[in-house]
This record gives sequence, structure tokens and C-alpha cells, in this order.
Amino acid sequence: MRLQVNGRSHEVDVVHDDTPLLWVLRDHLGLVGTKFGCGIAQCGACTVHVDGEPVFACMVPAASLEGRAITTIEGLASADGALHPLQQAWIDHDVAQCGYCQAGQIMRAAALLAKNAAPTDADIDTAMAPSLCRCGTYLRIRAAIVDAAGGRRDA
Amino acid sequence: MRDESNDQIVRITRLDRRSFLKFTGLAGGGLMLGVTFGCSRETAEEAAPTTAPTSRPFEPNAYVQITDDRIVIYAPNPEIGQGVKTSMPMIVAEELDAAWDDVTVVQSEIDFERYDRQFAGGSRSIPQNWLPLRQAGAVAREMLVTAAALRWEVDAAECETRDSAVIHTPTGRRLTYFELAAAAAELPVPDPASVKLKDVGDFRLLGSRVTGVDNADLVTGAPLFGIDQQLPELRFATFVKCPAKGGTVVRANLDAVKALPGVLDAFVVEGNGNPAELSEGVAIVAVDTWSAFKARQALTVEWDESNAAKDSWSAAVTRAAELAQAEGTTSVVDKGDVETAFADATRQVTAFYQYAFASHAQLEPQNTTAWWHDGKLELWAPTQTPQGAEAAVAKLLGLEAEQVELHQLRAGGGFGRRLINDPVVEAAAIAHRVSYPVKLTWTREDDMAHDFYRAGGFHSLAGVLDQAGKLTGWRNHFISFSHDGTNPVVGGAIRGDIDPGPFIPNYRITQTLLPWQTPCGPWRAPGSNVIAFAHQSFLHELAVAAGRDHLEFLLELLGAPRWLEEGNPQALHTGRAAGVIRRAAEAAGWGRTLPEGHGLGLAFYFSHAGHVAEVAEVSVGPERRLTVHRVTVAADVGPIVNLSGAENQVEGSVIDGLSTMLGQRVTFEQGRAQETNFHQYPLLRMPRAPRVDVHFIESDFPPTGLGEPALPPLAPAVGNAIFAASGIRVRRLPIIEEGFS
Ligand code: FES
Ligand code: FES
Repeated sequence: MRLQVNGRSHEVDVVHDDTPLLWVLRDHLGLVGTKFGCGIAQCGACTVHVDGEPVFACMVPAASLEGRAITTIEGLASADGALHPLQQAWIDHDVAQCGYCQAGQIMRAAALLAKNAAPTDADIDTAMAPSLCRCGTYLRIRAAIVDAAGGRRDA
Repeated sequence: MRDESNDQIVRITRLDRRSFLKFTGLAGGGLMLGVTFGCSRETAEEAAPTTAPTSRPFEPNAYVQITDDRIVIYAPNPEIGQGVKTSMPMIVAEELDAAWDDVTVVQSEIDFERYDRQFAGGSRSIPQNWLPLRQAGAVAREMLVTAAALRWEVDAAECETRDSAVIHTPTGRRLTYFELAAAAAELPVPDPASVKLKDVGDFRLLGSRVTGVDNADLVTGAPLFGIDQQLPELRFATFVKCPAKGGTVVRANLDAVKALPGVLDAFVVEGNGNPAELSEGVAIVAVDTWSAFKARQALTVEWDESNAAKDSWSAAVTRAAELAQAEGTTSVVDKGDVETAFADATRQVTAFYQYAFASHAQLEPQNTTAWWHDGKLELWAPTQTPQGAEAAVAKLLGLEAEQVELHQLRAGGGFGRRLINDPVVEAAAIAHRVSYPVKLTWTREDDMAHDFYRAGGFHSLAGVLDQAGKLTGWRNHFISFSHDGTNPVVGGAIRGDIDPGPFIPNYRITQTLLPWQTPCGPWRAPGSNVIAFAHQSFLHELAVAAGRDHLEFLLELLGAPRWLEEGNPQALHTGRAAGVIRRAAEAAGWGRTLPEGHGLGLAFYFSHAGHVAEVAEVSVGPERRLTVHRVTVAADVGPIVNLSGAENQVEGSVIDGLSTMLGQRVTFEQGRAQETNFHQYPLLRMPRAPRVDVHFIESDFPPTGLGEPALPPLAPAVGNAIFAASGIRVRRLPIIEEGFS
């Protein structure tokens, strides 16, 4: 199959037609920023963008994505290496503890901001609910998103 | 010189300072955190000097290396999300007077000789290393000062240090550490005990907010974690064990599995009888993880379960309720005259508390990459106990210590689970059988089925009050579990001197141990995380029965400020306890008029040498729908190393505590965990995360770790708040069992 990942085209051979995108990224393309957490759409650690929409990479067969634009955490910064405002906000707010969930969190947040440039706290909560953080960094994630969206607005 | 090719390197550069400044401009009117530095990522190759060093580096000890263009500080301990890869080097940098943005942090290789204890657990990394790390920095600083003084031909006492440079104060002359490194390398290393350390009040870096040294890697998805390890010709394995601990393989359809697409090999790996090392199972090795996972669906194994666990949680609950009617047969502590206190009491209160088994659910599933090559077993693993892992592998495979080399990688959460190295040993056993490197990955279902669980338990409590409403007597029959009939399981023991024992004149704990085969293990603040719930909730029940304010009741109980063990700074100090209780209560507005339906709950607990008090504000809606609005925490853990990291640990402990008390339980029938994945083991999600306010009382006592002590007070604080809000007393965890949602 031929996949478009982070603006580059990859020819991949897999044994099983139903191989989820997650394992193609991790085991075949060496893009290990996208994480495995549960394999059943419960944790969001595997979140990537397909045509800009957040998707659980553990659920979607890679073969179904030919011709679609896949973006992973490795492709979120701009081509010249400048970080996405969310990536910078994540550093500035020292969001991570173990950090394992954070690639998925950032991808989910990026999809939110692309649609809704000035989300309310309630918008953020709803959009981010599919992504678990076992370490409990939710307060910093929320603050970093608000920051990347241009700072807190008065209600 | 050490070979750094396998080290993970993060360089904190001046460039990052610029991006940080850019952020401060960007943020505009937004929330501005005082995070001092950004940091950028460099691979080992990038960070390695591009030209040969002109002279030998200055390496006075295992923690510091200075060349003419960089300052490296080694982070010795496993990073599992507790922040030690940042905080431990900060301690060295403080005494060294290195500018933090000149520092490159490098994760040390595992080395028994260079480092004392490369270990992450028990909130011990900081307290154990506080003095050695300070001395390591101070030794290097003193040698750099000597080198400068010799160069200038002045008295070293006339020199000071700041921002990676020595300054001759009378003349203002200045030499950077980079300029001095070669000269310092020629000097004798002073005795660490002889060098002068800073006064705590002179700290510049410690206590500030520093962003984690791996953050730039984390947000760009760079390989960091154990599970991210890649090697040429890497193959992928899964390992299937009996769902009831201790089962062995009678037969399996290995030939059919080997014939499946993508499968390279399938074989039985014999156990060694120790579930903490190697349980028996079937290994499947394939060309990718998905092929391995898919093949296991076609695997059929006949298990011999004659020696396997038959544990039943429902049977344990029934048995405990019967046992709770009487005291236990084993005495843990019996102080004063409990019989008389109960006979003479004005009021008696009794209650039965219960909590279920729980799983660690660290988000990175268990994994290890192993490669048997050139007579050597090389391992890449996210473990909390790397030295123990190497030893277990060497013993199992009959190898010499030098034949096993483990590379310590970042762990996606630990919480105590990665103190036990079963996945490392499994991967080693599999790799030893094949000719290529293998990455073993557990499924989430493997993780939940083969945990070393936090033990469930039961407390049958009774307390008595005198006429003045003073607590005069306490009894606890603690019912927990034992693997061998004699010793409690990990997390199933209770000490006679824990809070509130020392404050009650007539105090008795007895214990009964129920048989249990499924492994139990340390889970963030072992023992304390559940005993605090029973004891601190029950103390509130007694305060209510006495008609007294909980805050005033607790403070009276603590009495005059004193150490409970004179001369032991790791012991409870009643003044520090009262200090955090008052601070939390004041910050939370204890006693204020609350919105309709809201309640405040307070709890204090002392664990891992940390004094922590928490106040929760909650409301309870129709059908017992719980909302936690805010949790206020006051902690006294001595001086704070990294304020940002410390606050993060406390916020995380509160959310972890709430997550666990709300809905997390693992139940067992026929020795099998009934919950299999996050759909049945709910972790708190963002919409339910309460506001958390953190207050540190920075006492001058030696620092204690912060990975654990902020967790135990959460459940009783919330339980007590639920009572204040609704009149409903929560005595069972998780509280979904009490009808809450
Ligand atoms: S791994 Fe995909 S949602 Fe958890
Ligand atoms: S930071 Fe550890 S799971 Fe989110």
C-alpha cells in the first residue's frame, strides 16, 4: 500500500490487510511518536490526524487510508522545524510527567484548535475527553491549550 | 572517557533561551509561567563534540564532566515521570554554580561501580542523593576555583562563582568553567566531605521552575521510551501466560501458529517458579507487533491449573464481613488499656471499611527489547530497578554479570509496577532462543491480567470518646491477605505506630490474613494509599460523633510540636503536621459559608517522610453524582528542588487518587482478573479533573520525595467532604460500589 505520512509518500508491505495504522507507523515506518496504550479506542495515546481529523491509529486499518493525508506528532512542527504553538506551550507549561500520553494529547488539541481557534474550557474538556493521562496532567494540558490559543479570554 | 553513543542527550542551549523569550512575547496578556528555560533536543551524535577535544575533560566524579565547550551533568536514576532526570542534575548544578542553560543532561548508563543505587521507588531518589549530588557539584566548583586562583596567583578565598564562571571579586576578573576545565582536570580531587556546601538560603536554581529536560523530545515524538526502541532486523514478540497465576502449559497448537502469516517462531518458555521473574507461557515472534497479536488469537493452550491461583474476591468479601464481627487473632499493637477505655467510654462508634484490588495501569504497556549476540545479552527496558533486572536475567540464563547489559530507557509511568522485572526477564528468555533482536510488547489485557496488584483489604474499626469528646480508645481489626499464611502480601501489612496510633492512649490493632495466591505489589504509597482512607475517614466519623469541628479535633489530637522519634528527621513531626493542616484549611477557607449542596472535607497523612494535608470541596447531585470542585493541598517535604515538577507531582497525585477512588477495581474469580482494559477500569478524564491548589511549606529539614505522599490524603479528604455535603458516609472503594458515579 502507499501511504502519505507527514507530507511524504511511503510504500509499505504488510502481512495482514487489517493491520492498524498504529503498527505500520511504529513497526514499519519507525515513527514511534504515536503510542500504543490500549488498542481499543479507550486511551487516545495513538491519536493522529487523517485529513485533519483526530483518529485512533490503533483502530483504523492502514490499508483504508491510501490517498488520505496522515499527520503524526513527528509531522506537527512546520517543515523548517518551528514548533507548533501547542508544542511550545507544552514545554513552557512543563506539562508532561511520564510524557507517554502527550503526543496523543497534542495531536487531539491541534485538531481542536484547527477547527476552533478560541475554545472555551468546556470545548477543551469535550474535545480532550478521549485522551487519558494516567499521570494526571490534565490541568496543565488545559492551561497549555488556552495559552496556545492566544491566552485566556474573559468569559 | 565514556562512550556516549547510547546515551540519550538533551542539550539546553542558548537558542532555547531565545525561544523561551519568544514565548513570553507570544503569550501577550496570557498566562505567564515562570518556567526558566526551554530546551532543545539533540541526538547523541549531534551533542558529541564535532572536533576532537583539545584536552582531557574535567571529570571530578561520576556526575560532572566539563570540557572547553560544554557542561554535562549525569542523571543516574530511572525517569518514570517523577522528574528525576531534571531534578537530580539541578541539585548538582546548584552547588556547581553552573548556569542551567549551559548544562547538558545525560542519562547515565547502568553502572554498579559508579553509582550507588540506580533505583526509582519509595520517593527515595531525592532524599538518598541529596547530599552526594550536592557534594558532587561542590567538589567540581572548588576545583574550578582553585584552578582560577592558581592562574591569577590569588587567594581562592577572594573568588566567587556564578553562571558557570569564577570571578576574582577584588579585581572583577572572570574565567569561565570552559576556560578552566583543562587546568582543573590536573588538580587533585578533594574529599567530598571536606568541601563547603551552600546555605539553603543561598540557593539560586533550586526552588525555581525548570521545564523537564526531555520536554522538547516528548512534544516532537522523538524516541525516548522503552517501547520506542528500534534496532536493525528487530522482530516482535508477544507472550501468552495462564490467566490464573501459576498455570503451566500442557500442550499448545504451536505448529498451527508457526504456519500463520508473519509468524517467525512460536515456542513454550518454561517458568522458573517465581512470578516476579518468569511465569510459564507461549512466545510468538513475528515480523511486526500486529502479526504477533493476531497470531495469539489463533493460539490454543491447554493449561494445567492444578497449582494455579483460584482466588475469588467475592468469597473474600463474604469471609471478611464474618471475621469483622470479632477481633483478629494476631496482635499488631496493643497499647494502654483498651478494654477499660471501651468500658468507661461515653460514646462508641464502629464502622467497616473496605477497598478492592487495583491495577497500576501505567500507560506505557510493559515491554523490553532484548538481543542475544556475541555471547552477551543486551536489553533496553523501562524499569524502576535496572540493577535488579540485570541480576535476575544473569541468574536465569546462567550468565556472568558482564554478559548482561541493560540500557535504561524512560518509562511511561511506573507507580511501583516497574519495580518488578518480569517483562525484562521474559524478553531475555525469548531473545536467548532466537538469533535476532526481539521487542516484547504486552497488550493492555496482559498488563491488567498479570499485574502485581495493590491488595484489597478490610478494616473493622471501633473508637470511643469520653464525656469531653476526647478520643480515648481505638480498635482496628485489619483483614488482608497472605501468600504463605504467615506474612502479609506487599501492601497488606500495617504498622503499630502509624497515624493516629501515637496520639491515642489506648490503641489496638489486630490482623487476620486470608489466603491469596495472585501476586500483589507496591502501588504508589504502598499501604498508606488505602490505610489513610480507612483511618482518616474514621477519625472524621469520631469528630462528628463528638460534635466537634474536624480541624480542631485533629489539631488537639496532635498535641504539642515534637518529633515522634527524636533525632529521626524521616519521622512524623507534630508541628509540621499541624502546620500543613492549618495551611490547607486556611487556604481552602475552612469554616466559610459554602454554596448550597457543597461540603468541605479535610485529611492529613504522613507517608514517605512527607507531611501532607488536603481539603476537598465537593457536591453530590441526584443519583449520587459526585463533583469535586477543588482540592487544596499543603505539603511539607523540606526544600523544593524543582517547583514546577513538585507541583506537577502533587496535581497528579490528587487526580490519581480521585481516579482510583471513583471507579478502579480489579475483581478476581477462579484466579482470573475480571477487568481486562480501560473500558472496565476507568481512569479519570479531563472533564472531571478538579482545580488543584498547591502550597509548600519549605522547612529546612532534609528534602523528602514527592512521588507518593500527596496521594494518601486524597481519598479520605473527598470521603469526608461527601459526608459534609450529603450526610452519606463513604466506606468502600471504589465509591461506585456505594452507588456514586
Ligand atoms: S491505543 Fe488507540 S486508543 Fe488506546
Ligand atoms: S504524562 Fe504520563 S500518561 Fe500523561
